[in-house]
Amino acid sequence: MNSEHEVPAESDDPDVWELRLYVAGQTPKSIQALQNLQRLCEEHLRGRYRIEVIDLHKHPKLAKQDEIVAIPTLVRKLPDPIRRVIGDLSNVEKTLLGLQLVPANAP
Amino acid sequence: MTASTASPRASIPKAPTGIHGLDDITGGGLPRGRPTLVCGSAGCGKTLMAMEFLVRGATDYDEPGVFFAFEETADDLTANVRSLGFDLEDLAARDKLVVEHIRVERSEIEEAGEFDLEGLFIRLGLAIDTVGAKRVVLDTLETLFGGFDNEAILRSELRRLFRWLKDRGVTAVITAERGDGTLTRQGLEEYVSDCVIQLDHRMHDQVSTRRLRIVKYRGTTHGTNEYPFLIDSDGFSVLPLSSLKLDHVASTERVSTGIERLDSMLAGGVYRGTSVLLSGTAGTGKSSIAAHMAAASCERGERCLYYSFEESPQQVLRNMRSINLDLGPWLANGMLHFVSTRPTFHGLEMHLATMFKHIREFDPRLVVIDPISNFITVGTAGEAQSMLLRLVDYLKSRQCTAVFVSLVSGGKGLLEATEQNVSSLIDTWILLRDVELGGERNRGLHVLKSRGTAHSNQVREFVLTSHGVELRDVYVGPEGVLTGSMRLAQEAREREAAEARRHAMARKRREIERKRHALEAQIASLRAQAESEELELELLLSAEEAVDRRLTDDRSSMALSRRADADNEEEETA
Repeated sequence: MNSEHEVPAESDDPDVWELRLYVAGQTPKSIQALQNLQRLCEEHLRGRYRIEVIDLHKHPKLAKQDEIVAIPTLVRKLPDPIRRVIGDLSNVEKTLLGLQLVPANAP
Repeated sequence: MTASTASPRASIPKAPTGIHGLDDITGGGLPRGRPTLVCGSAGCGKTLMAMEFLVRGATDYDEPGVFFAFEETADDLTANVRSLGFDLEDLAARDKLVVEHIRVERSEIEEAGEFDLEGLFIRLGLAIDTVGAKRVVLDTLETLFGGFDNEAILRSELRRLFRWLKDRGVTAVITAERGDGTLTRQGLEEYVSDCVIQLDHRMHDQVSTRRLRIVKYRGTTHGTNEYPFLIDSDGFSVLPLSSLKLDHVASTERVSTGIERLDSMLAGGVYRGTSVLLSGTAGTGKSSIAAHMAAASCERGERCLYYSFEESPQQVLRNMRSINLDLGPWLANGMLHFVSTRPTFHGLEMHLATMFKHIREFDPRLVVIDPISNFITVGTAGEAQSMLLRLVDYLKSRQCTAVFVSLVSGGKGLLEATEQNVSSLIDTWILLRDVELGGERNRGLHVLKSRGTAHSNQVREFVLTSHGVELRDVYVGPEGVLTGSMRLAQEAREREAAEARRHAMARKRREIERKRHALEAQIASLRAQAESEELELELLLSAEEAVDRRLTDDRSSMALSRRADADNEEEETA
């Protein structure tokens, strides 16, 4: 894979969330987005998530392949269906809504 | 690089679009290295225009292009423009063109915080670099406004995008939907300030007309009118017609009309490249004259384009055969080309555009339009006139002789006024009319005007015979203008009268002859008398002389005998 595995999770678990964050260089927005994402995952998905960060400046072809327009874009590859959240993820509620983490976390 | 500029002192470098007509209006193309906004309502041809700009650039000007489609997928787009003869797959395979679909699905995206459109920039940059693109199309950028909520970010990103495009030095076309009272729905004209082109699609009496207008073009002069444009199997074409000037060459060559007598009325025919109007009421033989002119043109070896808006080509052929004019061979050898459509089938602009195309492709020396009256049923009178004006100008600029047939509805006052008011455009106007006399209708022809020609001012009777069109002198006498059988009757009467006059003359001559004879006889007898009297006088005179001489002789002999001269004798005897 052309990416840095930020936080590895237990391997091959069907319950594992596969998240991919597309950034373009180390901009304040992308740094913040990654921080926000990590905090969120730790909070809601501890131990069953995997984050892959893709720098489109390094791999520009992936932008077309994965249909990325806005930066940063967070893509939930697994579980199905694919969901997308854009922005620096500072709006936690919307991020959770976008990732459909809210119902899972609801008591 | 293809540098194209309108005038020697052109202001800014331009990138030719290769779109027929558009480069004429813009004076050479779109501003090179700058974005151009193409706006218009749905279905007005924005995408096609943008696509042709790219395709022509890639094929004709060696400028590869990138097409970013925000609305259609690349496959759809490829299929759509294939009907215009654009093979995007081939161009893509030759690295001349990149077509990329940018999919922004609002329902799949959640916005959580600040973002930018760097992804789009990266994709665009990559696409430009892959083929070394000089041209970029973003169709339709405004779709982004539907995909994202944060308009403030979007606007600042768009501003950055246009700056970025300029920095990259690509000639860009950005399409946008027309807004309510504004050029574009999202006010994109605010960002793209170099060149704005507006497309329009209007309906008039259920007939559609497409128009193009250059709203602004910074740093250059451009046509400011609305120009009709056309999308057909050859792509996009704009008609830069109103920019035509009156500077066509005036030929002094005469072109025969194919009717000998008509040629002599026109002092040898019509000038090449002029326009001829044949107007008249129904059934006055307008088409027959037009067909003669067409045949004459073909005979000279000059191609003729015949627009028949009322009859099918077969119908025209059959009808002309009845006056012994066979157009069949010319049709077969390609000298004559018929175009038969109903005028109502297209809008006026569409008509004009297709006509221009035919004329360009076929390159005729004579164009017959039979009739022009039908155009008025399509557009308004003003539109029809402006269309004809442009057509006449176009044909003149090509030195192509034009024959317009115009049907005039009856009524005395209307005869010399064509409905389209085209008379000012027309160089030679031949008027055909009915002459109704003595229970029959006959055809009269006269040349109402013919610019630059000492044309005949006579009305001629125009007869369609089984061996063609014939022009005859009409009877003009104390009893008025007579035509047809009345003319024949009158001519017979005149012949009789002339015969009678001739007889009377002969009689008179004989009478005078006789009188002269009598007089001469009289003169002769008088002269004889005079002569005999003279003779008598002479006889008398000579008799008198004789008497005189005898008297003298007698006297001298008497004197002798009386010895009157005795002295002499005495002297002798002494």
